[in-house]
Parts: sequence; C-alpha cells; structure tokens
Amino acid sequence: MTAIETPTVPVRRLEWQLAEVREIMIETSRVKSLLLHVTSWLGHLPGQHVDIRLTAEDGYQAQRSYSISSPPEDQLLTLTVEHVDNGEVSPYLVRDLRAGDQFELRGPIGGYFVWTAAMGGPLCLIAGGSGIAPLMAMLRHRDRRNGRALAALLYSSRSVEEVIYREELEAMAGRDPNLRVVKTLTRKQPEGWMGKRGRIDKALLAETCFPPEQNPKIFVCGPTPFVEDISRFLVELGHEPLTVKTERFGPSGG
Amino acid sequence: MDKAPISRGFRSRRQDQTPKNRLPPGQYVTTDFPVLSAGPTPHTKLENWTLALELGGSTFGKWNWAEFEALPQTTFKTDIHCVTKWSKLGTTWQGVTFDDLLKAVGLADPPALYIMAHCDGGYTTNIPVADLVGGQAMIATRYEGLPIPPAHGGPARLLVPHLYFWKSAKWVRSLRFMEKDRPGFWESLGYHIYGDPWKEQRYDGD
Repeated sequence: MTAIETPTVPVRRLEWQLAEVREIMIETSRVKSLLLHVTSWLGHLPGQHVDIRLTAEDGYQAQRSYSISSPPEDQLLTLTVEHVDNGEVSPYLVRDLRAGDQFELRGPIGGYFVWTAAMGGPLCLIAGGSGIAPLMAMLRHRDRRNGRALAALLYSSRSVEEVIYREELEAMAGRDPNLRVVKTLTRKQPEGWMGKRGRIDKALLAETCFPPEQNPKIFVCGPTPFVEDISRFLVELGHEPLTVKTERFGPSGG
Repeated sequence: MDKAPISRGFRSRRQDQTPKNRLPPGQYVTTDFPVLSAGPTPHTKLENWTLALELGGSTFGKWNWAEFEALPQTTFKTDIHCVTKWSKLGTTWQGVTFDDLLKAVGLADPPALYIMAHCDGGYTTNIPVADLVGGQAMIATRYEGLPIPPAHGGPARLLVPHLYFWKSAKWVRSLRFMEKDRPGFWESLGYHIYGDPWKEQRYDGD
C-alpha cells in the first residue's frame, strides 16, 4: 500500500473560456475532430482533458469531458469526439456543430494520465476505439521532438473503417524507426489485411509491449471492459501496477 | 465568462423527471455505473484483507474480513455524484458506518480532525472527520445486496455520498487520522480539496 507519488500542481481556478470552432475533420463515420481556437489558452500536457459546456436557447446547460488529441505544440486545441447513440452532447458535436460556432470550455484537467518527452521511454500505448484520442496527443507530441523515445502503439478497432487517424499513424510510423504501430481488427478484416485479428490478448501484449525489465511507461485507454482486461493482463505479465496508467470511458459517455 | 454563447440546435434530451433538488449543477443522470480508476483494478482476496485505523504511525483498530462482517451493519439508500458529471440516483449500499468503527474501538470522539484514506493500488483521498461522523459515511461491502465487484471498489470501499464520488475511495484498507488537512491523490492533481457537488467544487479553486 505505498502511496502514489504525485507532482505538485499550482493552484489556479480553471475559468470557463470561449472556444471557437476553426475546422472540423471527419475521422470516421461516427468520429470527428474539432479544431478549436481558445482565447488565452495556457497550454496542456499530452493526455489531459477538458470540460465543455453547451447552452441551449432555453438556457439549459450540459457539461461533458473530452480528451485533447492535439499536442501542446499545436496552435489549435483538438478534441476528438465519438457519436454516442442516445447521447445528449456528442450527437450535437458530431452532427450539428459547424466551423465558426462557439461554446464554453475549461481546462486542462488531469495530471496523472500524462506523458511528456521529458519522462522518456519506452512508451507503450494501448487503445481501444476512440480511446486513441489522448494517446494520439502523446504520439503527436513525441513526433514533434528529436531523439524520440522507443514507443509502441497497440490499437484495437472493430473494423478498418473505424480506425481513427489511420493515415497519420501510418505516416508517423513510416518515418520513425523507433515507433511501432500494431493494429488489430476485432469484427471484420478487409481482404489482404496485414495487421492482427481479434481482441488483444496476453500473447499480443507480451509481443508488442516492452517487457517489465525495460520499465515501460504504459497508458491504456478505452471502454471499461477493454481497460479492465488489458490492465489485468499487464499485471499478470509482471508489470508493476503503478506503471500502468488507465483511462476508462463508460457507456454513458454521452 | 460574461454570457455563454448559445449553441443553436442544441437541446436537452433529458427524458427523466428528476427533481431539481436531486441533481447538483452540471450533473446528468445515468442508469449504468461507469468505472473510473487511475490504474489496474486490484483483486484483493478476502483472506488477505484487513481494515486499519491509524494515528501517528500506530494502529488503534484493525479487523480482518470475518471480524469486520461481525460489526453492526447499516444500509444507505443514496444518490451518488461523480466529478466526471454523471449522477446515479437511489443506490443501495451496506456496510459499517464510521461511527460504528469508532464505537468498536471504544472511542466516543474521533482522535483527529481529518483522515487520509489509503487504498490498495496506492490511491489516497483526504476527508474532514466532520464529514464522516453522524451517519454520513460508511465502509461499504455490499452494493444492491451483493458483494461490491472489484472494478467498483470491492471488497470494501469508503462511501461518503454527499461529496463527489472520488472521495468514496475504492479498495480502502486504512484510515489514517491527521491533525491537518493534506491533499490525497486526485486532490494533488488539480481536483478540489473538499469536493462538494452542490457547490460544484470539481477542481482547485472552484
């Protein structure tokens, strides 16, 4: 029962700020990335998230949290949002929002599920579905740096159509011998698929993730059952639980 | 911000008729039970489980599972509010109240003003004792009549339902009394030191 070491974070109130949509990128049929200009944004660390608040014409307000997928080096702040069926906020963000629209945002939030180049490697990232978003901020941040730490991304999607950032990931891995990207498709695979098939199991983790002796920094993000399985496998493979950082999203992410 | 911009076309999709006094600001009602933890879920076997009360480095109360189960049991029916915006109404928990723990070690009054809850997995959270006494908090071992699943904090979790749910620490193993308030895990990472959902104390400075 050793307590987790936590860095000291300076006290400051996170004020609501105005975010303006500059560009919307279609990632998949259910996922879009919103590129936002935020007045007086003070920067963030890869892995952190923000709260957003929408206000309806009748004054009704709703808040939700979304991971930041852009690196601190970028001018615009990017949120990657998946349409949740029967959700309240995500259908609006994915289907209705247009460039030029504004809403409120505050952050950055969270200082634990964070990786910076200064923390070094090896870096092991494991994503399920839209859980790739905060891990993409880490990969993009790493990609902007020289002397890149060894890194591996193991990314599980249902089908090739649902792989988010597909071309960008391929380009990143193509120019970087220190980065290995392994994709697995769980439901259907296109003809000639060269990646993995089926759910991530212990064998695939052992093959892709660095062994415990190398003391990798491990980040797992995805739906709750995915993260529960993966993190249990990692501990069974000998990884120290405190080196495995997790972010889970439940069915009510809406 | 002076005035929130209107999101044209955005509207409430709330189906439920939740009374306003049940839902703190910025929260929405969910019927499922999301899991949020910083790391892997610990799977502590009951035969290895103990709960300790500690003060100044020494233990003044300790129970194994069987001893803990023999303590007076209380049921809470309560709403819970997670800082990530979901609230769950009318949940039922069973366990041993903080008052009954103190009684079990023969204390009429708590020995200090604050506690730090220490948990399997290294998680900690700080709570004023004033928020634990008077039937406000328990160490819960049952949820909806069944043992609490590990992902939701089993075998035992703290339950302090009037504060944001991160204060209801999962996998709790000891309550360390302390004279001065100190931040725990999330409280050191930008979350509010106290966490009152009705005052929307989500983050530092709220």
